Amino acid sequence: METFLGIDYPTLWYLVVGLLFSGYAILEGFDYGAGAWHLFFRKDLSRRIAINAIGPLWDANQVWLIIGGGALFAGFPVMYATMLSAMYIPFMVFLMLLVLRSAAIKFRSSEEMTWWRKTWDVVYFVSNTLIGFLLGVVLGNILQGFELHENFEYRGGIFLTFLNPYALMTGLTTLSIFMTQGAIFLLLKTEGKLHDRLSYLLKKGMVFFIISFAITSLYTLTFLHGVTDKFKEQPIFFILPILAFPAVANVPRLVSKKRYAYALVFSSLIMAFLLMLVAFQLYPVLLPSTVNPGYSVTIYNAASSQKSLGIMLTIVLIGAPLLAGYFLFLYKTFHGKVKLDDTSY
Amino acid sequence: MDVEILAGIQFAFTIAFHYIYPPLSIGIGLIMVIMEGLYLKTGHKHYEVLTRFWLKIFAITFGIGVATGIIMEFEFGTNWSVYSKYVGDIFGSALAAEGLFAFGLESTFLGILLFGWNRVSPKVHFISALGVFLGSMFSAVRIVVANSWQQTPAGYHIVGEGLSARAEVTNFWAMVFNPSSVDRIIHVWQGAFLAGAFMVLSVHAYYLLKGRYVQISKKAFKIALFVATVISLSQLVSGHSSADGVAKHQPAKLAAMEGHYEESAAADLYLFGWVNNETRKVTGMGIPGGLSFLVHQDFEKPIKGLNAFPKDEIPTQVNAVFQFYHIMISIGMFLILLTLYASYLWWRGTLFDKKWLLKIFAFSVLLPQIANQVGWFAAEMGRQPWVVYGHLKTSEAFSQEVSANQILFSLVLFLIVYTILFLLFLYSLNKKIKHGPYEEAENPDEFLKYT
Repeated sequence: METFLGIDYPTLWYLVVGLLFSGYAILEGFDYGAGAWHLFFRKDLSRRIAINAIGPLWDANQVWLIIGGGALFAGFPVMYATMLSAMYIPFMVFLMLLVLRSAAIKFRSSEEMTWWRKTWDVVYFVSNTLIGFLLGVVLGNILQGFELHENFEYRGGIFLTFLNPYALMTGLTTLSIFMTQGAIFLLLKTEGKLHDRLSYLLKKGMVFFIISFAITSLYTLTFLHGVTDKFKEQPIFFILPILAFPAVANVPRLVSKKRYAYALVFSSLIMAFLLMLVAFQLYPVLLPSTVNPGYSVTIYNAASSQKSLGIMLTIVLIGAPLLAGYFLFLYKTFHGKVKLDDTSY
Repeated sequence: MDVEILAGIQFAFTIAFHYIYPPLSIGIGLIMVIMEGLYLKTGHKHYEVLTRFWLKIFAITFGIGVATGIIMEFEFGTNWSVYSKYVGDIFGSALAAEGLFAFGLESTFLGILLFGWNRVSPKVHFISALGVFLGSMFSAVRIVVANSWQQTPAGYHIVGEGLSARAEVTNFWAMVFNPSSVDRIIHVWQGAFLAGAFMVLSVHAYYLLKGRYVQISKKAFKIALFVATVISLSQLVSGHSSADGVAKHQPAKLAAMEGHYEESAAADLYLFGWVNNETRKVTGMGIPGGLSFLVHQDFEKPIKGLNAFPKDEIPTQVNAVFQFYHIMISIGMFLILLTLYASYLWWRGTLFDKKWLLKIFAFSVLLPQIANQVGWFAAEMGRQPWVVYGHLKTSEAFSQEVSANQILFSLVLFLIVYTILFLLFLYSLNKKIKHGPYEEAENPDEFLKYT
């Protein structure tokens, strides 16, 4: 098997996919999170400002989902095909919510009528909340494994199976961390009364996050099989939970000091550490089989050919710096508080 | 209904709906870049007004294109899992590269394009417009390459058997530049340019008929007419070259396009007709031996007909392929005549004198859209029963785990959500057009309050 820097290609691609989905979680995390607070803002103007805070950014942030999906398809076609066809209904609902959310952003402020705006506000709020929740549900189900038989044939349930207690907890935790992230982001972008309201809401959000995070962690340690085995084999990775917990504690501290930019960095780091934990926990498995560990989808039996992975790694090496450049330029251009003008949503 | 048919209907519906928007954004993007370029070069306010106006329409089109495009990206996995595993090695790298190079470029600069007027200099704004436009063109490249590979596979080998069989890349560039890629990319780009150009022609023809925004509309009309004339003429070249490729690499598809059944006989070129799938006869009017002439430059030379292929390796819907293909050609020809005549009047200096001509332009916005749609339908249905030509049949490619009821559920969801989306699109397009580029009470040369 070919390697680069001593790491085999499937593992490298696993890191690339992981990085892309972490980027997606962090960036769209604050977009979805901001949307999940939407109905907590009372005035029409506040809601408009909140949407315009993500206005120029959300399309770009969404690119991480598109590239992540493409990277999964390209590098691990078996994983892409197995997961999406097994979770058909949840993913269809997720996709539909994405469409409705885009429509809400575009059309909400295009009319003056109260009923129009109120309807879109509800659509926007519900879609963002459910998207965050569903992403967590997907993650929770991947961690628990799917009923995969030989040749990755899925024979489990189509919908309610996925709403098991553990997945509901990971769903809530994901939503709560997005909401924390979203509120911090909005604090950076707003002023005045809306800003005050947000700092009040953020406190509630952090409580929600810490409680659901604690329950999910306990649940994981108690009920998920073999969670601790990996750490016994490679104790060095204890560093991940050790780093994650102070990061969790640090966010409220930075928020109380009104250092929102740092708080955003740390809440992003929490997501990154948690996703790294998940990645470490699963590796080299992508989708565990609950029937027989031998039937699991792994990075080796799901991977594209060495040749194809080599091409794609080259594409990433060229493309990633470009993308980083675009993002820096975009975020620099829209730095600072929201100012509504005639081009705003 | 069975899973294969439902999955097919859902895919056709979602892709056809999606394909209303990207060609429009690519085409409007081109015109918008020209307008903003002219503004930068001349400093003339009219061009700025036009750019700002078309940017608004571009924004909605692009937005719906993105939203419906994400669905396509995941629908391969949800509904066509066997296919996804089969082509992932090939299709995937194209899709990933599209995401990274094209989509990254489009979507990041989109923010600056839409909301950056007051934050960046006109030059940077123009570069952003160019970035978004080029990004959308690259997007088309990647997806058409992937589709072309399904039509004319190259640079690969098949590994494994049965359910675990798949195609793997052996030569990346041979895969990318497979025999049909280049022709089809150019053909698709041109179709997109026409969609955009005719949108601009239509809206400004409407203004001219109403006597609104006359000065700027004349300018915009001329820009779009220039693009439309050049492109509809050159569409002939890429169309012909594309058909030549089909003749060489997908003989059954070519035969279906003209309803040519006889095993080995000179083939006619129909202007219009009707194929009876049962009796295997075409009733219609055409040039005897015309297809033979186009392919071999000889009216007598035989062309392999559908009867020469095994029954399970030819499209079942020959008449549909025939009709779609001929509608596309007829529209193409009409657009050439229309734009040439209008250009002639432009040269004579009487372009805006004929009301009936403007009326035709106002309605012709639908024509490139229809041509784009039916062209793709002919291409995709002509490829049947294969999803990867000669290797994987559509009937073996769908997700085995997904039941008919699950697809019905998602299909109903799509129907509802897309109907809402389409109505919103029409409403908001209509509103923006009715409202126009600026408040009419103002003097067109002084209306710019933001400069």
